[in-house]
Amino acid sequence: MITVDKVSKWFGDFQVLDKCSTRVAKGEVVVICGPSGSGKSTLIKCINGLEPFQQGAITVNGISVGAEGTNLPKLRASIGMVFQNFELFPHMTVLDNICLAQTKVLNRNRAEAGERAMQLLNRVGLADQAPKHPAQLSGGQQQRVAIARALAMDPIAMLFDEPTSALDPEMINEVLDVMVKLALEGMTMMVVTHEMGFARKVADRVVFMDGGRIEEDAKTDEFFGAPRGERAQMFLSKILTH
Amino acid sequence: MFGAFDYQVVIRNLHILWDGMQITFLLTGVAIVGGILFGTVLALMRLSRFMVLSFVAGRYVDAFRSTPLILVIFWFYFAVPIVVGQPIGDLYSVLIAFTLFEAAYYCEIIRAGIQSIRMPQIHAGLALGLTRWQTTKNIVLPQAFRNMVPVLLTQAIVLFQDTSLVYVVGLKDFLTAADLVAARDNRVVELYLFTAIVYFLLCWLGSLLVKRLQRQYAI
Repeated sequence: MITVDKVSKWFGDFQVLDKCSTRVAKGEVVVICGPSGSGKSTLIKCINGLEPFQQGAITVNGISVGAEGTNLPKLRASIGMVFQNFELFPHMTVLDNICLAQTKVLNRNRAEAGERAMQLLNRVGLADQAPKHPAQLSGGQQQRVAIARALAMDPIAMLFDEPTSALDPEMINEVLDVMVKLALEGMTMMVVTHEMGFARKVADRVVFMDGGRIEEDAKTDEFFGAPRGERAQMFLSKILTH
Repeated sequence: MFGAFDYQVVIRNLHILWDGMQITFLLTGVAIVGGILFGTVLALMRLSRFMVLSFVAGRYVDAFRSTPLILVIFWFYFAVPIVVGQPIGDLYSVLIAFTLFEAAYYCEIIRAGIQSIRMPQIHAGLALGLTRWQTTKNIVLPQAFRNMVPVLLTQAIVLFQDTSLVYVVGLKDFLTAADLVAARDNRVVELYLFTAIVYFLLCWLGSLLVKRLQRQYAI
């Protein structure tokens, strides 16, 4: 469903992505990990065209992301994205956050959008928070609303950019639980995360990045099991001992 | 000296002063609304990806911010009738001058407000499939204006005081009306004292409002 083919990207002279290639099949869950600054977030933002790239190609459902004339808003509407710092719109209620793009992009009427929003808020266990503003919610709650907001567009795939990195430890699990459920329901997911427990539980594959290159791209049990590169081993030993 | 102090002159001429105050309010109101609307357009132009738009808006702002307001008032008073080909009256020429002048200042306030919105917020809008304009309109501008309310109001208070400069083209605003009464009845001290108190009270109340809003919007 998502193919990334030899994608390279530079910020000025600095190369952030170096011929990255990978693919995500329908229903697959792929976890991307690696040290900070390795290009994970940049790669995931290239997939829905939030970051431009200079070389290579990315296609989502057969549509080329980087090509001239691609209807990017339409493409993005079909891919959900969840951010590290939630990025709920602070001037709107939780309900309006979830309804905005439904009404503006999918042309649903207010009642339909509201109904879908409440359905999803129920699913993430936050139906009673609908009339509140994001600032009144905890980080974990905000991130669950952000997931509901992305799901309201009925996406064909979901991108997660370090969804639990900004959360206090006791809130991480409530967000991971929602993500695990989503994965088990068959959602196609690309997840940038350091939560190796999550990766082990639901990921089909793990991609390890370092210095803008994809160093490892392996089935989950192979990645955590036997043979793999030295850098990935070092990275794993660092984050798994905690 | 205070034996000669005749505060009755103010009360007797209150209707003239009130007529003047209405002009002052009208001028302030139109310049605020027009200035913010046009200023928003200018700010969006300045931040545009299209170089021509940002260049034009940038030079516009530079030009008005480097010219004394009083000169702009004069200039429009004499120039606009020549451009339009017929007299348009002192009120209209002054309304245009103030709106265009204030727009330059509002542009910079609004530009700073827009730039205070973090990139990930824009990404969040785009990622949902909103177009750039939908993101600007529904996500960036509402938040930017919330952040800007105190500064916009402060600028409005300055503007309210600056409207007294229309004195130079003889438009009968509050100050000019007071001046006419003062000259006619030979009661300069009373009238100027009264105008000073009125300007002070209104601006002071305005700044109290700004402080309140600042507390309310502080995140």
